Amino acid sequence: MTADNNVLIKVENLVMHFPIYRGVIRRKVGAVHAVDGVSFKIHQGETLGLVGESGCGKSTTGRTILQLYKPSAGHVFYKDKDLVNLKPEAMRMMRREMQMIFQDPYASLNPRMTLRDIVGEPLMAFGEAGGKQIDERVANLLELVKLNPDFAGRYPHEFSGGQRQRIGVARALALNPSFIVCDEPISALDVSIQAQVVNLLEDLQKELDLTYLFIAHDLSMVRHISNRVAVMYLGVIVELADRNELYNNPLHPYTQALLSAIPVADPAFYNKRHRMVLEGDVPSPVNPPSGCRFRTRCPIADGYCAEKKPEWREIRPNHFVACHKV
Amino acid sequence: MTDQLLNVQNLETIFKTPEGVVHAVNGVSFNLTEGETLGVVGESGCGKSVTMLSCLRLIPSPPGKTVAGEAFFHGQDLLKMSTEEIRNVRGGQISMVFQDPMTSLNPVMTIGKQLAEPLMLHMNMTREQARKRSIELLGLVGIPNAGDRLKDYPHQYSGGMRQRVMIAMALSCNPQILIADEPTTALDVTIQAQIVELVKRLRDELGMAIIWITHDLGVVASIAHRVAVMYGGYIIEDSDVKDLYLNPTHPYTLGLLGSLPQINEKEHTRLFSIEGMPPVLYNKPQSCPFAPRCTWVTERCWIENPTLEPVSPGHRVACWVDTKTGSKR
Repeated sequence: MTADNNVLIKVENLVMHFPIYRGVIRRKVGAVHAVDGVSFKIHQGETLGLVGESGCGKSTTGRTILQLYKPSAGHVFYKDKDLVNLKPEAMRMMRREMQMIFQDPYASLNPRMTLRDIVGEPLMAFGEAGGKQIDERVANLLELVKLNPDFAGRYPHEFSGGQRQRIGVARALALNPSFIVCDEPISALDVSIQAQVVNLLEDLQKELDLTYLFIAHDLSMVRHISNRVAVMYLGVIVELADRNELYNNPLHPYTQALLSAIPVADPAFYNKRHRMVLEGDVPSPVNPPSGCRFRTRCPIADGYCAEKKPEWREIRPNHFVACHKV
Repeated sequence: MTDQLLNVQNLETIFKTPEGVVHAVNGVSFNLTEGETLGVVGESGCGKSVTMLSCLRLIPSPPGKTVAGEAFFHGQDLLKMSTEEIRNVRGGQISMVFQDPMTSLNPVMTIGKQLAEPLMLHMNMTREQARKRSIELLGLVGIPNAGDRLKDYPHQYSGGMRQRVMIAMALSCNPQILIADEPTTALDVTIQAQIVELVKRLRDELGMAIIWITHDLGVVASIAHRVAVMYGGYIIEDSDVKDLYLNPTHPYTLGLLGSLPQINEKEHTRLFSIEGMPPVLYNKPQSCPFAPRCTWVTERCWIENPTLEPVSPGHRVACWVDTKTGSKR
């Protein structure tokens, strides 16, 4: 198929279960079903947004794609290579193609390393540069993320949250990757700084032809930055569509509830809008509900939803949803 | 005016740190009338929490100190009360809900005990009365099987339920003012919506005044009657909620609203971003604290700090420039 030629990442039935051990002999007594059969594709140069509440498995999905966790089942293809079956050394070499930006800019930078060491470490690890060359590359990278190259000798604690996040971006870019997993890169930042970082990520994407998996719980920011958006609930993707299609015609009741829960900076809006407030909390991923995972909180669920797992169907072109009621 | 519940005038709070004196709040004045919900918006470090904590004298001293100002509650200055008197106000007439329910609940005390504590202290209830009232309160905030769940510890509750417990605790003594310090920031959107709806319902039922501190301009739009925007230890814009979103006037407010992506955005637009970052105030600003990041900045902004002046009925702004016309004030 011609349309599939520019697929960069293809995830097929990805499953990630974390075992729970109990007792003296550490018997396996159960598993946290963090990710339970997730499939999607990401095209070259696009941004796929992945949204969901905490604990729904969105970060685990991102990390499993990068093989930071060994998946329990399923496949992840980068171009044509299946990352799951790669030998460790071959996987290590693949890492220069795919990088990650972490959520917490305070925890993800080693406080005892200077910027030069932090940003230069990937270059050294892959033998891309040495000595003076590193200084030059680091200076270029810092300029790329709009930090003063003279800061290379400083330590992370001398920087604010937004600046630290830029350092994290520079480190991720050091090896010229083509795919970056952005794991809630802005949720720890102040509102006025969030816009700075999002604009930077967009500029870099255009400049370097990057592909992003943008994980977040802020639905309005995800709409802003993504081309397509996937909604996750309790380890499964419940809906996936182009951003305007998803936000204008949400089909899954969970997506509808999420969208109606977004706080909007316009008081007049609240008089017009009917707010759909979901009852209760997300169930535990150790014993996810039978059938449809969302049925315990779903306003329109019935007995059938408990019996059968909803199929992943293409309702309209490029609009996928997993719900019996649609 | 008679219906003023809380009247704060020129409040100033500093912190003595090893790096120098930080001027966190630099002369904040506001009123709260009965039954009103005031939203206080600003980024981290702008002094919004410190202002409210100062009013209740909850700033740890040292390093913090409220160096000037008055806070009248029913004609009495909270800042000059004896320790005994302020203790009766806290938790009794003015209560507070904090941001992180996990760190503000005691992990080794049952929920029931923690709920009963203020009731026995402020309302002189017996243990049995307090237990009954606790069950009522948990029911009020929508926790099922309240009677059984009193025996549980905080870790057995989910984040949203813990925040409900915090709200129940804050409401237990029928306060006249509820101060909510970023109560929904640590929660997921669907749970956040639950909590906002809950507080709105309780406000309508119980008729208390609320001060809702947040950095989220969206949440404030859904709950507040009036909004105060803070920056660098000052209130820089103060307005009726509708007017603030229709006619934002201060360059900082404009910037904040512009940096939010629109949920009904059709075409992809670039976000407006405020360059630079919020100041750390080692010196009390003599000029406008926002001047270094402001795109409208004039010479006067570097010399003189603007004061809050009315621009329309119920809408005050501290800025030397009229951002509507671009002319100087």
